[in-house]
Amino acid sequence: MEEKRLEKIDRIVETHGCRKERVIAILQDIQDEFGYLPEDALRRVAERLGVPLIQVYGVATFFKAFRLKPRGRHLVTVCMGTACYVRGAPAVLGELKRLLGIEPGETTDDMEFTLETVNCLGACALGPVVVVDDEYHEKMTPGKVKKVLRKYSTIDARRTRENGQAEVAR
Amino acid sequence: MQGGQGKMVRLKSRDELEQLRKEAKQKRAAFEFMVAVGCEHGAERVSAVFKEELQRRGLSKRIALKTTGCHGFCECGPLVVLHPEKILYVRVKPDDVPEIVEKSLIGKEVVERLLYVDPATGKKIMREDDVPFYKKQMRLVLGNNGLIDPTEIEDYIAIGGYSALAKALFEITPEQIIDEVKRSGLRGRGGAGFPTGRKWEACRNAPAPDGVRYVICNADEGDPGAYMDRSLLEGNPHSVIEGMIIGAFAIGAHQGFVYVRHEYPLAVKNLGIALEQARQYGLLGKDILGSGFDFDIEICRGGGAFVCGESTALIASLEGKIGEPRPKHIHTTTSGLHGKPTNLNNVETWANVPLIINRGADWYSKIGTATSKGTKIFSLVGKVNNTGLVEVPMGITLREIVYGIGGGLRDGKRLKAVQTGGPSGGCIPASLLDTQVDFEKLTEIGSMMGSGGMIVMDEDTCMVDLARYFVKFLTEESCGKCTPCREGLDRMLDILTRIVEGKGRDGDIELLEELGVVLKEASLCGLGKTAANPVLSTIRYFRDEYEAHIKDKRCPAGVCRALITFSIDEEKCTGCGACAKACPQNAITGAKKQPHKIDTDKCIKCGICRTVCKFDAIKVV
Repeated sequence: MEEKRLEKIDRIVETHGCRKERVIAILQDIQDEFGYLPEDALRRVAERLGVPLIQVYGVATFFKAFRLKPRGRHLVTVCMGTACYVRGAPAVLGELKRLLGIEPGETTDDMEFTLETVNCLGACALGPVVVVDDEYHEKMTPGKVKKVLRKYSTIDARRTRENGQAEVAR
Repeated sequence: MQGGQGKMVRLKSRDELEQLRKEAKQKRAAFEFMVAVGCEHGAERVSAVFKEELQRRGLSKRIALKTTGCHGFCECGPLVVLHPEKILYVRVKPDDVPEIVEKSLIGKEVVERLLYVDPATGKKIMREDDVPFYKKQMRLVLGNNGLIDPTEIEDYIAIGGYSALAKALFEITPEQIIDEVKRSGLRGRGGAGFPTGRKWEACRNAPAPDGVRYVICNADEGDPGAYMDRSLLEGNPHSVIEGMIIGAFAIGAHQGFVYVRHEYPLAVKNLGIALEQARQYGLLGKDILGSGFDFDIEICRGGGAFVCGESTALIASLEGKIGEPRPKHIHTTTSGLHGKPTNLNNVETWANVPLIINRGADWYSKIGTATSKGTKIFSLVGKVNNTGLVEVPMGITLREIVYGIGGGLRDGKRLKAVQTGGPSGGCIPASLLDTQVDFEKLTEIGSMMGSGGMIVMDEDTCMVDLARYFVKFLTEESCGKCTPCREGLDRMLDILTRIVEGKGRDGDIELLEELGVVLKEASLCGLGKTAANPVLSTIRYFRDEYEAHIKDKRCPAGVCRALITFSIDEEKCTGCGACAKACPQNAITGAKKQPHKIDTDKCIKCGICRTVCKFDAIKVV
């Protein structure tokens, strides 16, 4: 397993010609492959590019697109662009946080959902927008959140009950 | 490859390009109708059904189907336009397609129910050009989006594409190109508005001992609420590529880069297809059109950092480093990417170049105001009726954009402010709606052009909360390299958070203003220098709202949770029970068909009751 993973990483590094200025693209491809950036991948990339690990780690933590922890089976992305914001995105995010019991950037314990926010998806006519995996849910309201989550999992109903009393503060 | 239907042509001269154009035009003219389907969301399915339907009825040879990029009228998408009459159908669903084919394409009738209804008059409008949203625009750059399939280079060539490149390569000298761009008055569309021609000249004249110079297209469209660059790259990537080749030829660069947001997968895909096709057709690569000029373009996907829209941070990121800006004592035109002279322009700026070369600086400079020439694309979003991309001549008033094109505000609400210039722009109050839109005027009133986001806000938007939103955004996006920006924003966020939580103190407003001045004076890059704008402009125009939060512990717009309470209007409540059912806290009680009540101790102010109530009975005070 380990070997295979490293082989994949090597292949990605090579498609970018082992060029150190392509490190962002390399990490993007690795994340597309594994869903996140495993530590051994960062080490391998640094080794193959001949740069210190701190440089690769620096890039991996500077840019928002990168994740150092595995993501859940479903990725819930809330657009927090200005257009979505003035149309009520904060209330939608609040409801998602409450139902899932996590903050943006976190994953539920059962690995079902990862919650993230994005600065703008450029789909302002549909706002507020929530994207689950690659599916767009448009004109969202807090009231619609439960229904959307239910589409992807039945677990949310249970979680709603559990979290019902313990409100996640704003 | 889709382009050229399998026939690969490498164009070796200008004549061959013109010959191909002739053929491509004839091919298009052979169709009786062209169906253009636009919009990102939902259009694909509509297009697929069209394809099936046309094939089933044996119409594929008579009727051309184009899946185009964004037409701009996002509010009414998916859009279908029937050429040559330009009949516009709005909000088309896959199920509507057979009827369109039957009635309009075979029967030459109009499907009335799919026409756009002008809310102002209640009348149906048949032709795209007559819709007020389009009528008042000047769609020089964006207009072609609706005419071409972005994955077909021959479409672009058929409508005149790459003719400006041919002119630049064979008719005029690089110096003349730069002179033309200078005289046109084109200024950077990314926000700062630096004269494009002067930047090109500086880059061309900068010493490059090894002859290496670079051109970069900044497509790291980071301003939330702005998506014109995405639409251009998705819908008409060749216009950007053509601009870049012309620029590279004028400057003497042989390698270009497009730095594009990773959040825009379709833009990356369509640009990739376009680059590949341009290479196959001999418009990129070695010896372009037999001119002896070599140039190629590479795509780099951004990593999701707002600061990388800043040129030096973008360049650092292209070098594989973290995206921190550097001081600009030495301009990037002298020492940019890998220390070489580098010319960086925004997507929209590049897309304007072919237009200027083709039609001339004299024509271009007639559009706009004394200091701002040409058109500008804005994304008109927020609480406006017609959300979408609008391209207007510089100098148009905000009122004309919001009301004339945007159709005014939703739900009959009153306009409070228009926010322009992205997170570091400013809020323009309703009283300044007659301001002409150009680089100088917007700066004068405390905002800025920015990349073109225009967010319309009504009375339900709290200006203090909005200022906090922008400052929070910028705090998260500040790279942390310089102290004023890193620490100053943090402090501003603390103070604003205090205010919206009802813990504001006397002197907070003055402290915010003082911090704002420090940020402006002492920050390293554009992000920090302009970061205080949203705070300073809201204080300037909406000071009373700040005071209401601080002194009266009240949020006039009913937004800030700590300062509001939810209650039920007994007059309006019908006792339907929808709110009680939806309330996650079981805070709402009441007998059937009797007015309900909210237990404010249990209420967490999530606002769900308000969104489910059909009778507008939930009050927020």
